[in-house]
Amino acid sequence: MARRQGSPRNRGRLIVVEGIDGSGKSTQIQLLRRWLEARGVKVFFTDWNSSDLVRQATKRGKKKNLLTPTTFSLLHATDFADRLTYSIIPYLKAGITVLADRYIYTAFARDFARGVDRRWVRDLYAFAGKPDAAFYFRVPIDVAVGRILGARAKIKFYEAGMDLGLSADPVESFRLFQGRVLEEYDRLSGEYGFRVIDGTRSIDAQQRQVRDLVSRLFDHPAAAEAS
Amino acid sequence: MTAHARYFGHGLPYSKVDDLKGALITIEGTDGVGRTTQVAQLKQWLEIQGYGVIDTGWTRSELMSETIMAAKAGHSLNRLTFSLMYATDFADRLEKIVIPALRSGFVVLADRYVFTAFARSVVRGADPKWIRSVFGFALVPDMTLYLQIDVDSLIPRLLEDRRVDFWEAGMDMHLGTDLYDSCRKYQWRLIREYNRMARQYGFIKVDATLPPDQIQARIRRSVQALLEERRMRTLTENLQSLRPLLFEDPEDAARAGDRTGRAPAGLPDAPVVNRPGRPTGVTDS
Repeated sequence: MARRQGSPRNRGRLIVVEGIDGSGKSTQIQLLRRWLEARGVKVFFTDWNSSDLVRQATKRGKKKNLLTPTTFSLLHATDFADRLTYSIIPYLKAGITVLADRYIYTAFARDFARGVDRRWVRDLYAFAGKPDAAFYFRVPIDVAVGRILGARAKIKFYEAGMDLGLSADPVESFRLFQGRVLEEYDRLSGEYGFRVIDGTRSIDAQQRQVRDLVSRLFDHPAAAEAS
Repeated sequence: MTAHARYFGHGLPYSKVDDLKGALITIEGTDGVGRTTQVAQLKQWLEIQGYGVIDTGWTRSELMSETIMAAKAGHSLNRLTFSLMYATDFADRLEKIVIPALRSGFVVLADRYVFTAFARSVVRGADPKWIRSVFGFALVPDMTLYLQIDVDSLIPRLLEDRRVDFWEAGMDMHLGTDLYDSCRKYQWRLIREYNRMARQYGFIKVDATLPPDQIQARIRRSVQALLEERRMRTLTENLQSLRPLLFEDPEDAARAGDRTGRAPAGLPDAPVVNRPGRPTGVTDS
């Protein structure tokens, strides 16, 4: 990705979504996928932390509460490196658009909020290329908490940063931890040129904004028609 | 480690390491040089002398051990995931075994350390700066013993002792058509990398072609020198901290000091010992 092969015209686009848990980014990327596919754009989707390579270790680590901020970070980097090699770069080279639900910025924000060094985690991911577009769905922490509680009624241990011992109450811990993540996302936003979407707007209004921006990334006829 | 504990890079910001009392000794060298045997003997010898010893070895972490074995059995590993899995295993052992043991005053013997990861990653084409920054959370060891060998002495040993596995022969790198060719080229490159690091990081070199008992004798001499120096430094620090308790009245302390012209008798500034020189400078020719 750092060195892209083939002409840019034939290369697939890499579009990523970022935001705290409960920001609505997964909903938005699925809607984007539907739209692109309906327009005949070849799309491949990849989810954060989804490779087979370290699945067992991550599961065991989480279940037995073995993970430290550093091993948590490194396991996710291993997962990402595996997906980059097998699920992202080959597709882009083949001219297929890759949609990634979370990208390296998730690690930058979350691992820093967990306590690892900010520069270290960036160096760790130095092998990853810059996406063509990074959408950042920004919501206040209360909105995110409300959505998570409304949908699942239960907050996950690591999602709430319970491993950090910020609070014994999962909701309070979530609020504190995701608050830190949010703060770091805001910081990254300017630095990496995120396209910020107000996650409190209606779902279709956000999607219109996303599609409008995405259509500009394509210069081939199928997508140009769509815009 | 007391005032000396430091990291290779940015470290673990959430983990305090300035109170580590133990000593971190690492043994490096390529496959088949006898590291594991030497560590076992060293451990026994140190325990006989009364030192608490904990040993840790490459890929033995609770978190990653099985996953790494499974990944190596397959063929999906690439140089990125290869390096990152080692780093995860290393971090787990560092935080769960090495640092707590050092904090409790143990001598920690590490069979392979970050240098193995550096050598293997760089030989596979990783950016040397990148792999070093990944391991920036690792503690700098107090001493690194390097079992040094040349490739001509190594290959017959590797083939004689046991079956050389796919990874030890670097078969993933497609350097040769058969195991011998591949292994020779791969090990030659690894050794070259270790030798470079020996200069860069001040390894204590031990000739691995010597008989095992002679290797052990040399290792013990270096380790003993390190631990003696450590013991003297601790003693000095303890005495320094006792001084205000013994001389509560500053005038008493001053008078006591006047009599000897410097520190009060029995409480010298630093004990006069026969220092065996900086351990990192010790080399075997």
